[in-house]
Order: sequence, then C-alpha cells, then structure tokens
Amino acid sequence: MTISNSPAQRTTPQSGVLLNPQWAEVTAITPETEGISTYWLRFVDTALQQAFRFEPGQFNMLYIPGFGESAISISSDSQDYEKLGHTIRFVGNVTHAASRLKVGDVVGLRGPFGTHWPMQEMEGKDVFIACGGIGLPPLRPALYHIIRNREKYGKVTLLYGARTSGDLMFPYEYDEWRKAQIDVEITVDRGTANWNGRVGVVPMWFYHFRIDPRKTTVLTCGPEIMIRFVIFEAMARRVPLDSIYVSLERNMKCGLGSCGHCQMGPYFICREGPVFRFDDLQSFFNIEEF
Amino acid sequence: MKNETLPEVGSILTIQKPVFDQILSRLKEDNYLAIGPRIRNESLVYEVIEKMEDLPRGYTTEQKPGRFRLFKDRHSRYFDIIPGAHSWKQFLFLPRAELFKLRKNGRGWETTSEKTEIPKYAFIGVRACELAAIQIQDGIFMRGDFTDPIYHVRRGHVFVISVNCTHPVETCFCVSMNTGPQVKQGFDLNITELDDLFVLTIGSELARRLLTGIPFENASGYILTSVEQKIGTAVQQMGRKLDPDDLPQLILDNLDHPYWNEIGMRCLSCANCTQVCPTCFCWDVVDEMGLDGKSTRRERIWDSCFNPGYSYQAGGNTRPTIYSRYRQWLSHKLGTWKQQFGNFGCTGCGRCITWCPAEIDLTEEIAALRMEVSQ
Repeated sequence: MTISNSPAQRTTPQSGVLLNPQWAEVTAITPETEGISTYWLRFVDTALQQAFRFEPGQFNMLYIPGFGESAISISSDSQDYEKLGHTIRFVGNVTHAASRLKVGDVVGLRGPFGTHWPMQEMEGKDVFIACGGIGLPPLRPALYHIIRNREKYGKVTLLYGARTSGDLMFPYEYDEWRKAQIDVEITVDRGTANWNGRVGVVPMWFYHFRIDPRKTTVLTCGPEIMIRFVIFEAMARRVPLDSIYVSLERNMKCGLGSCGHCQMGPYFICREGPVFRFDDLQSFFNIEEF
Repeated sequence: MKNETLPEVGSILTIQKPVFDQILSRLKEDNYLAIGPRIRNESLVYEVIEKMEDLPRGYTTEQKPGRFRLFKDRHSRYFDIIPGAHSWKQFLFLPRAELFKLRKNGRGWETTSEKTEIPKYAFIGVRACELAAIQIQDGIFMRGDFTDPIYHVRRGHVFVISVNCTHPVETCFCVSMNTGPQVKQGFDLNITELDDLFVLTIGSELARRLLTGIPFENASGYILTSVEQKIGTAVQQMGRKLDPDDLPQLILDNLDHPYWNEIGMRCLSCANCTQVCPTCFCWDVVDEMGLDGKSTRRERIWDSCFNPGYSYQAGGNTRPTIYSRYRQWLSHKLGTWKQQFGNFGCTGCGRCITWCPAEIDLTEEIAALRMEVSQ
C-alpha cells in the first residue's frame, strides 16, 4: 500500500545521512526583520559545497554544538553552488544560539531532507503562491526557479502577507520579481502609519484574483491557520485537491524518518513532507490535535 | 547415543536438560555475551547469564492490567516465565547511545569520540512475540533509505535461542496478532521445554556447528506430538483476544470520535507502555555541553510520544492534552504503522497492559471503540 499519491519527490540527503554533521562556515548574515536573519553557509569541504544539490522546498538540519539541531528550510537559489541561505526565526533554544553566530563561525549541517515543490509538475500551468510571514523563505527557491525558467510557466502570482509591514520578508526583491513577470501582491494583517498598501489577511484577498481551476497549481506555506483558510479559498474556487501543495512543519530531531517526532498520521513530515499534495493530507488535516 | 554427524538445519532433536550448560559454555568460548531472564532484587530482568542455574527455574508470573507478581511455583521448568518489563529492545536500540563528542578548535569543532567495544550477544529465551518485535524493529532501523549504524552493528552478531511458550499468562494475545506462541523462523536454536527434556529445532548453520559433540537424540514421533500438544494448549490458554480484521480502518476512520476523550481521562501519560513496548522506537537527541562551553557530547536517548515535550514546536504544542497523545500512540501502533512499515506495531506481548498503572488494556479499548462506533 503506497503511502502517498504524490509523484516520487524524495532525493537522498548528501550530508549526514547518519547523524554526523558536516561542518559549514557562516560567510554572511543578512538581518531580515525583527527576530529573523538569513545565515549564508558554505561547507568547509569545498568539494562537498560544489557538489551539494537541493530542490526548492527542502531543508537542512542546522547543528549548533552544545545546543542542538533545528530544521531550517533552504531559502537561497538552488542554482547557486557557492553558498546556502538559511532564514532563521529566533524562537527557541537552538535558534537563539544561532542568533549569536558571527561571520566565520562554524556550524554543523545535515541534509538536504524532505520532499520539494512540484516544479516539474507545474510546468505549463498557472502558479498561485499564497504564503504568510516566515512561510515565504521556503518558497523563495521556487520563485527563483520559476524566474529562471519563466517561459515554462503560465500566469504566476505571489500573494504574500505578514503581520505588519515591518514583518515582511525580502521586500528588497519584490520589484525584481515583478520585472520577471510575477504578479507580486503584498498585504499586511494590520496597517501602520507608514504603510500605504493592502490590509487584510492573505486568504481574504483571494477574491481579487481570477484563478482558473483547470490549470492552476496553488502553493502555500505559513502559519497553519493561514494554510487552512488558503486551502478553503482554493477549494471554493474549485481548484482540484491534487493541485494544492502545502509545506508543513513539525518538531524534527533527525530528518531521516526515524525518531518519530515529526509524524502526522502515517507521514514523517521530514520524509514524506514537508511539501505535501493536499489530497494526501485531507483525511488527517482537520482532526484536532492530531 | 552420541551422534558423530551434525544434524541438518531444520531438524528437531532432544537433549537432557543439563546438556544446555554445555551449549552456554560453547557460546562463551566463542565470545558471545549470553543474556537471558534472571531474577534480580525480586524483579524479572534480562541480564548476563553464565550457566543454566542463573535462569528463573521454577518461577512463574501472574500478570493482569496494572499488576505483575513474580512467584516460585511448584514446577521446575527453566523457561516457563513470561517476560516482565524488560525486552530485548534495550540491547539493540540502546536506551542511551553516544553519537559523538566534540571539542572546540578555533572557530570550529573537532571530533573526540572514542571507539567502544560492541558485545556479541546471544539472546537466551526469546519468545515468539519478542522475536516478532525484534523483526519489526529490524524493518525500522535497517531499511532501504536509512540504516542506523548503532542497531545494525549489534543486530548482525546476535545468536537467537528462542523458546516456544507453553504457559501464557492472562495478558498474552500473540495468537490474535499472528506472532506466536510458536516460533517459526528467525532463530538459531528454538527450544520447547518438556518436563525432563529440551526439544531443540536447529534454525541455522551457526547453531548446527555449535552442537558439535553435544550429546543429542533425534526427536521421536512421541516427542513431536508432545510439542504440538503443548503449543496447542498454549493457543487455547491465550489470555486475551484482539480482532485485527477491521484494523487499521476502525481507528483511522474514527480519529475524531469522542471515545478517545474517555480513555484520555484515565490515561496518566506516564509513558510506561512505550518504555516496555518492544516495538516502540521514538528517540530524542540531546547535547551535553561542558561547563566551559568548549566541549559537547551528543547522545541519543529513548523518547515517548506521551512526553509533553515530544510534540513541542516553536510556538506551542501540537498535542497538549493527554487524550491526543494516547490517540497518537494507539492510532500509530495499530493504525498508521501499517502504512509506514507494512505490518502492525503490536505483537501481542501484553506488556503495555501489565505495566499500565491506570490498568488501560488496549485489547479492551479497541473492542470498546468498535462498539462505540457501531452505535
């Protein structure tokens, strides 16, 4: 009995298949918003760095010795072989230790793990990306891929929102993305004095767009409550469930489908996810505290 | 009669009971560390055994939900005792295992782990339910996309001397889970204990060679019939039943049934069941940093889905209430496990029933859920 109907999307991790991390140096730190920065890492072993490949949507396990590991999505371009960007929100023990890293420090990396966004399956279709807050970093590599292969995709929309304008991720890239024929629409939950744009949660703005359910794939990532309403809105527009992809998050300790922590129903989110086709999740998704 | 030729794999022989000590000596000479049931501090544990008399001869257990009693009985059999809280899991999937040690070196870290001696185990007295559980864990820790080196290196060497259960206790339900009481495969040597003899089945080439020079007789038709009878009696005496025919769907179709709340009110979330369960495999990893911040030791330890911290996630807990954690355990064990690994996560050993302080019996809970759902 196969676990998932999704096309096989798993790639073998190249580093730390066992539990031993490979060492990577912090080459740059980009502060993004309050409590979030992007750490640019390069494997100390240059041959490994040049050979390392990941697909948009995959993640690494970042190891800060003495503190522990944290699953962090790779937020940089999958065709950039010089460095790997990890956008980290400082929220727990390990990520707070990460916030104290300086350029030149060495951390452990294992990966890449997990399933990826369906870049091949979406070719020839319209792409509707609806995400919020820290949900944009795992989708950024997908945007870069689309931009580099723009003619392979139809209408591409990014509907992105954050709590306030100060919480918006990567605002310095939006114009570049617009130039690449991506319809970038930004909204905030709560307006502030310096904000002249849209106000309202992401799902609420669906009405503004014309989505053709016959040829649109919806990608979504962000707070689980937002994901639920995005799916609701997509379903209301008759987007078939096998054209909706979500990226989920759970407490991860190994990334290998072994320790059990990230399980949701039959799925190990580190292995059958984090990117799921929604029809595979449907029976479990709405059960409280599952 | 001393046979000069070695018996073939698959053949059934008998030995006089004291001869078993010779088998244990042979194992010791071959550098095996023999582990078997022993009585220690009035508890039944799995520990190193050197000779037959270390086994719990004459002992029996009485097991009920939330109750375990060990007592000396009137028989003098060595292997009559049904397992207690210990399982073989602790020797292959270690409760604590060091992954590596690091020392700070400039901006980076260097590994300072030492090599450890890995014992070559001989498991003495493995029950059918336990062997089935070991094989389930084999499928978890040694599979196509991931092989755990800690499990793998220990498992390869294990010499299995298994035992057909002849006197199950009240909490046993291996027959329902189709795992016992007879051990049919996966062993090196299988024993059925009769009152005055051990009946041995040779399961491997290794077991064959171990028996070189050991005095044995070929099992007669009468002996074979006795063995069959004993196994048949054990099947009849099974303490409990669990009907797996409508599983996993019974659970998976009723994940939001209010009955889970009912169980949740009784469950203490103490994690006993996951500790004693021979198939539970969840683990955590912890870093122990030296006080000077310049060294760290990374260790893998057992974890349990009942631990509140297990489902902690940045920003909250996905299973904050006990009922959801109990549901996670049971819906995994008898539900989603099947999709993940192709079999159920339960072999009917009954430990979770015996060792639950709230006396929760999963065979009863499944039956109750079935009844609640049908109403």
